[in-house]
Amino acid sequence: MSASTYLAQGQTHQALTATLFVAVVLITVGITFWASRQTRTATDYYAGGRSFSGAQNGLAVSGDYMSAASFLGISGAIALYGYDGFLYSIGFLVAWLIALLLVAELLRNSGRYTMADQLAYRMKQTPVRTAAATSTVVVSIFYLLAQMVGAGALVTLLLGVTDESARNWVIVGVGLLMIFYVTVGGMKGTTWVQIVKAVMLMGGTVLITFLVLLHFNFNISEMLGAAVQNTGKPDFLDPGLRYGASTTTKLDFLSLSLALVLGTAGLPHILIRFYTVPTAKTARTSVLWAIALIGTFYLMTLVLGFGAAALLDTTSEDSQVAASAGNLASPLLAEEVGGGAGSLGGAVLLALISAVAFATILAVVAGLTLASASSVAHDIYASVIKKGQATEKQEVNVARGAAFGIGFIAIMLAIPAQKLNIAFLVALAFAVAASANLPSLLYNLFWRRFNTRGAVWSIYGGLISSVGLVIFSPVVSGKVDPDTGGSLSLFGLGTDFHWFPLENPGLVSIPIGFLLGYLGTITSKETASEDRFNELEVRALTGAGSEKAITH
Amino acid sequence: MTQPATRRATYDDLHGSDDFRDLRSRYRRFAIPWTIAFFCWYMLYVVCSNWAPGFMGTDIVGNINVALVFGLLQFVSTFLIAWLYSRHANRELDPLAARLDERYEEAAR
Repeated sequence: MSASTYLAQGQTHQALTATLFVAVVLITVGITFWASRQTRTATDYYAGGRSFSGAQNGLAVSGDYMSAASFLGISGAIALYGYDGFLYSIGFLVAWLIALLLVAELLRNSGRYTMADQLAYRMKQTPVRTAAATSTVVVSIFYLLAQMVGAGALVTLLLGVTDESARNWVIVGVGLLMIFYVTVGGMKGTTWVQIVKAVMLMGGTVLITFLVLLHFNFNISEMLGAAVQNTGKPDFLDPGLRYGASTTTKLDFLSLSLALVLGTAGLPHILIRFYTVPTAKTARTSVLWAIALIGTFYLMTLVLGFGAAALLDTTSEDSQVAASAGNLASPLLAEEVGGGAGSLGGAVLLALISAVAFATILAVVAGLTLASASSVAHDIYASVIKKGQATEKQEVNVARGAAFGIGFIAIMLAIPAQKLNIAFLVALAFAVAASANLPSLLYNLFWRRFNTRGAVWSIYGGLISSVGLVIFSPVVSGKVDPDTGGSLSLFGLGTDFHWFPLENPGLVSIPIGFLLGYLGTITSKETASEDRFNELEVRALTGAGSEKAITH
Repeated sequence: MTQPATRRATYDDLHGSDDFRDLRSRYRRFAIPWTIAFFCWYMLYVVCSNWAPGFMGTDIVGNINVALVFGLLQFVSTFLIAWLYSRHANRELDPLAARLDERYEEAAR
């Protein structure tokens, strides 16, 4: 279908979509104002008063985790690359076992507001907090980029906007909204926004999955067969379509898989969610809820992705799915199963699913911004600069200011990043989290000897190696589309300074993070951190002396 | 709250108690082997996807092949381990942790 007929038929759905988008914005703004009235202390602002239940926080964790990358990116990757897209879902889910078994409860008991708290518990405050805050901000910004690119892609489709400057204004708008949520609503507002979003997302996904399955009379095998036929790719259901071409691509896949499974438990915006509940037991319940919800959701993305491959045009030259790097597969699929382009049912479902995706993006960006703003205020301002002498009020005001700064940076970086697949961008954030954050977290909880130098080396080592390798990878420069001859990198043709062959750095940078943590520790003579290990261990495992919930 | 030195002594005291040693070993005996197990199981899946495409592409029923079933089994194992851990923690860990926490609160008073 050509663009002009598309626009002519688009009037109904555009009006509908605009209405639903406005409704999403109004609901979330309302929640934020309500939450701001309940926010009095720093614990309210950073940790929602630690008064959420396990089920509530489980929904919020899922809300934070099932980002546009999952909803738009994974189904899109499956629609384009078949089975290889499904690999993302598996890594993203399995990773939760590390959070459940090794991290969530211990962190809840030993920390306070940020990821750094748990390290600072037994180490020198200034160096470890500076390092942990730096990596928190970097990981969050990578992740933010992905979400904002998703917002831009959505609007291109929905409002028929092909104009580049209009799309950039949408990114700016999303950025301003997220700054508003975080500065006004704090953790309490952000958590409720996540809960509402998680319910909307699950509802919307169940509906579309049901309609797709109905279309194929609930015969999965038939759907898979139709996907093979419609794409004309006989290997569509086998591994290797995307990553099987050469040894380099296979290593890239290995690298991606490692980053996915080890990254989750190092994501700052997920980690701080465990502080919003009163006890370690409720932190465990949150993760169990999250595993159930996220697992169900990823099973459904399988149907969305293969359904899109079976029912939509994903291969021709003017395929909208292919042009958006797969990011628009889910919304277009919703339109198709609702009755197709131009039908009322199609318009309604397209608008509905787009609104869900929009809510998803808004909620996740808020969670990410809160995690980085908290770290800047609590770790850098209150501990490093003010040496613990700042009042709660000053600290929270700095967090609000930091939200502005981070929002601004994310907006500026998102505009040039728009041609990258969202799931892929998120995978980079996971690689950085797995390399810079996970080693020090695990060493700190399980290795008595671990000390300040080990923590600092592992965080900076993992951070610099992962980000550095991305800069010199084909993601940034030198990747050329073999069919069209156009550039697939951030930089256009003619600029090529890449020497690292893999697109995901995890395979190299994660071992570097662990190795430097080990080397830094054994070359340091510090003993204070070892002396405080008993305290940390007792507190982490029993909750003795841990931060309590506050009641108003 | 009591002085840091006394608080420290309380923690050291709890750390040396039989209850704590028991709690720690019950926790580790579950968490560490299961982490290694699920990690190896996941890597096996990744390696097969990469280097055993023939095996993974074998059809089982209709268009459903080994790769898809293997992937779905990763979901099943994740749900199963999560459920096992929750049962283990409720029965074996929580009562001990609560008892130690109580002792800490008493000492802090």
